[in-house]
Amino acid sequence: MDVLAIFPEWLITHGAALMVVLPLMMGALCAVLPNERLAWLLVMIVTLICAVTGLGVLLTIMGGDSMSYAMGGWDPPKGIALEIDGLSAPVMLLISVMAVLCSIYALPATIAEVEPRKRAPFYAAFLVCFAGLLGMVATGDAFNVFVFLEVSSISTYVLVAMGSSRDRRALHSAYRYLILGSIGATFFVIGIGFLYMETGTLNMADMARVLRELDGGSRVSQVAFGFIIVGLGLKLAMFPLHMWLPGAYAHSPTYVTAFLASTATKAALYLLIRFIFTVFDPNVDYVAVIVTRLIVGVAVVGMLFASLQAIFQTDIRRALAYSSVAQVGYMLLGIGLATAGSVSAGYLHLINHAVIKGALFIAVGAFWYRFGITRVADMRGLGKTMPLTMGAFMIAGLSLIGLPFTAGFVSKYNLASAAADKGWWWAVAVIMFTSIFAIIYIGQMLKVAYFDDPHEIDGVAVVRNEAPLAMLIPLWILAGLSIVIGMGFDGGFVVEASEGAAKAIGFGPFVDGGFGFTAELNGLPENGLSAEVAP
Amino acid sequence: MSPHVILRVVSKFLIPLIALFAFYVQFHGDFGPGGGFQAGVILAASVILYALIFGLDAAKKAIPPSWVRIGMTAGVLIYGGTGVLTWILGENFLGYNVLAHDAAHGQHYGILAVELGVFVTVTSVMLAIFYAFGSRQPDLTDEDW
Amino acid sequence: MLTSFFEHYNYMVVIVLMMTGLYVVFASRNLVKKLVGLSVFQTSVFLLYITVGKVKGGQPPILVDDHASTSEIVKLAAAGGDVATHSSDVIYSNPLPHVLILTAIVVGVATLAIGLALVVRIREVYGTVEEGEIDAIDYRYNLEGTES
Repeated sequence: MDVLAIFPEWLITHGAALMVVLPLMMGALCAVLPNERLAWLLVMIVTLICAVTGLGVLLTIMGGDSMSYAMGGWDPPKGIALEIDGLSAPVMLLISVMAVLCSIYALPATIAEVEPRKRAPFYAAFLVCFAGLLGMVATGDAFNVFVFLEVSSISTYVLVAMGSSRDRRALHSAYRYLILGSIGATFFVIGIGFLYMETGTLNMADMARVLRELDGGSRVSQVAFGFIIVGLGLKLAMFPLHMWLPGAYAHSPTYVTAFLASTATKAALYLLIRFIFTVFDPNVDYVAVIVTRLIVGVAVVGMLFASLQAIFQTDIRRALAYSSVAQVGYMLLGIGLATAGSVSAGYLHLINHAVIKGALFIAVGAFWYRFGITRVADMRGLGKTMPLTMGAFMIAGLSLIGLPFTAGFVSKYNLASAAADKGWWWAVAVIMFTSIFAIIYIGQMLKVAYFDDPHEIDGVAVVRNEAPLAMLIPLWILAGLSIVIGMGFDGGFVVEASEGAAKAIGFGPFVDGGFGFTAELNGLPENGLSAEVAP
Repeated sequence: MSPHVILRVVSKFLIPLIALFAFYVQFHGDFGPGGGFQAGVILAASVILYALIFGLDAAKKAIPPSWVRIGMTAGVLIYGGTGVLTWILGENFLGYNVLAHDAAHGQHYGILAVELGVFVTVTSVMLAIFYAFGSRQPDLTDEDW
Repeated sequence: MLTSFFEHYNYMVVIVLMMTGLYVVFASRNLVKKLVGLSVFQTSVFLLYITVGKVKGGQPPILVDDHASTSEIVKLAAAGGDVATHSSDVIYSNPLPHVLILTAIVVGVATLAIGLALVVRIREVYGTVEEGEIDAIDYRYNLEGTES
């Protein structure tokens, strides 16, 4: 069945630009809408259009083409082009789908958490953030990445600060996130500046070509690499640079946390993969050493420490936030191993984690909405009082741990087998260890929910009071997705997409480019980078 | 005699000139330094100067906050609308070549349109920020200055 | 070594500003001062881009021809032709960093605006803009066991 034939021709041709431009313009429109229902409706329409377009783009890419869209009719490398290939298309679809599901959840959540006057601008900020994230992933020009990075980040600071109606600590968390995020973005732009000095161009594919001609470049490129890694690391909450994340996730509105946890760090991770493997030559020694030593080291330490910290948190969302930092460590471990299998596994974990964390945070939001629960200890008896919601939370939690037949198991198994293929048995041990920690912190939540009695108010037990339908639908869609991905162990749609992503590194428009250059970019080798030394 | 005669007289002379300069910078962006962002900030600066000297309420009567809110959106929509227009006419997004009978004029009109959008948005945003910050405290009366 | 230092004085200035800005962000406990440090840090980046865009003997990157030949050049560029050989009598500095920095300045302004708005709100809610005092107030708020 050719699904692609359903999509109109112009949607696929202009799809990339449509996905970036439509939310941006509609975000501006949303800010002046008088009625917040109208604003919510606009958000739903825009995110649905983007999700459909994203699906069309992904199907086109998986059919073998790659898309290059020259903005303004000016061809790259002089002009700015949107380049979509096997690495970016799944992430774009992921961001759009998560936006749709979180926006369904938003209808009751925003009414409970944001003041009436501020709801329409809140949705406007959400649309701008959405546009920024999509633009970041779609573009093929390095400075354009910075622009969209800042567009999404600045609207994120605003979104996080909107939690102050509910919890005033959101303001300070947003401020801290602003300072750290701006430093990260500025480091990134310094790196781009140095790359521009070295290569004379801003188009990522052209930079890749010039850097390979220069055999990895001089000290300038090395410095640029360092700055870019630190800058992006701050955005994706790489271990020592993750300090903004727990505060931002714990105090922002629940809708914002669910959306950000599943998209913001993922887009930055995509950029990291893009810069390490496509723009910079991964076989040059400075890149190989930093990737296989520093990034792996940071990933492992992050996994262990953050999982440990998650165990001791009393607030549910803080615990899940530290868990997110640990899961980012998994993805970075996949990148650091630098084989085709491991990058594919890391990418798969990116998608799975987005689905899982989205479900978890929506469930936690539903708990707050019905009962005002924010602490783990208060989750007593939720298995009886909110069985459907808690059921989805349990499925997502088990998926996070990595139970077989769930999504988490697929990505952890792939990652562990990629590490074993490379002979890094200590990495397999670390993956096991952190899964045990995950069992502890998820387990304590499940135990409290299912094995303790519900709260009593004046001696009478609280009765069953399920979350509203608008929250249950996206929650169960996401929980169901994690089971579906888990079932399709060897060849489901998502696994295929992530293997395509790993293959796309070094292929696609970044080689046989929209402007016609071909270069022998090395695809990822099966057994690791040629320039690295055995550990 | 009100205590700030010099300020008021000089600013009444200068503020229109500043606004005029803003428009000069806006249109001169084709041929020299200038363009939408710079011009927007200069125009906003003239209104802010007016607000500083004559009071925020007077400035709000001159440029009402509702205009400012609509201006922010209108500018973005003008910019995006130019792009959508080029889409409808067949080019890629923001491909100005199709906007007129030949490419050079098309580029010219396209840049004028998007710079207009940028100008309106930047002025409105700067004024919105000023109004938002300024409204949080009551205006100082002349005697308290 | 001294000639090398003076030949690259623009980088020295950039480094000094960058480190000063970063130090102020980390070390100061007042929220407004942190924002000031952030601004200084971002300004150093602007200088970095623009000073490397200068070409030796280059004029500011504005076409010196009169209006008629400007439109010739625009037409040629729009048709995809090679513009460089036609205006090669005059050496221009690189215009691209200027464009990039305009964008970056706008980004910096937006960040500063949001940062200051947050500081104003924090001042209204907490009554102070010193980070130590804010943490102390929140710590007491948490300890009292009220809903987080």
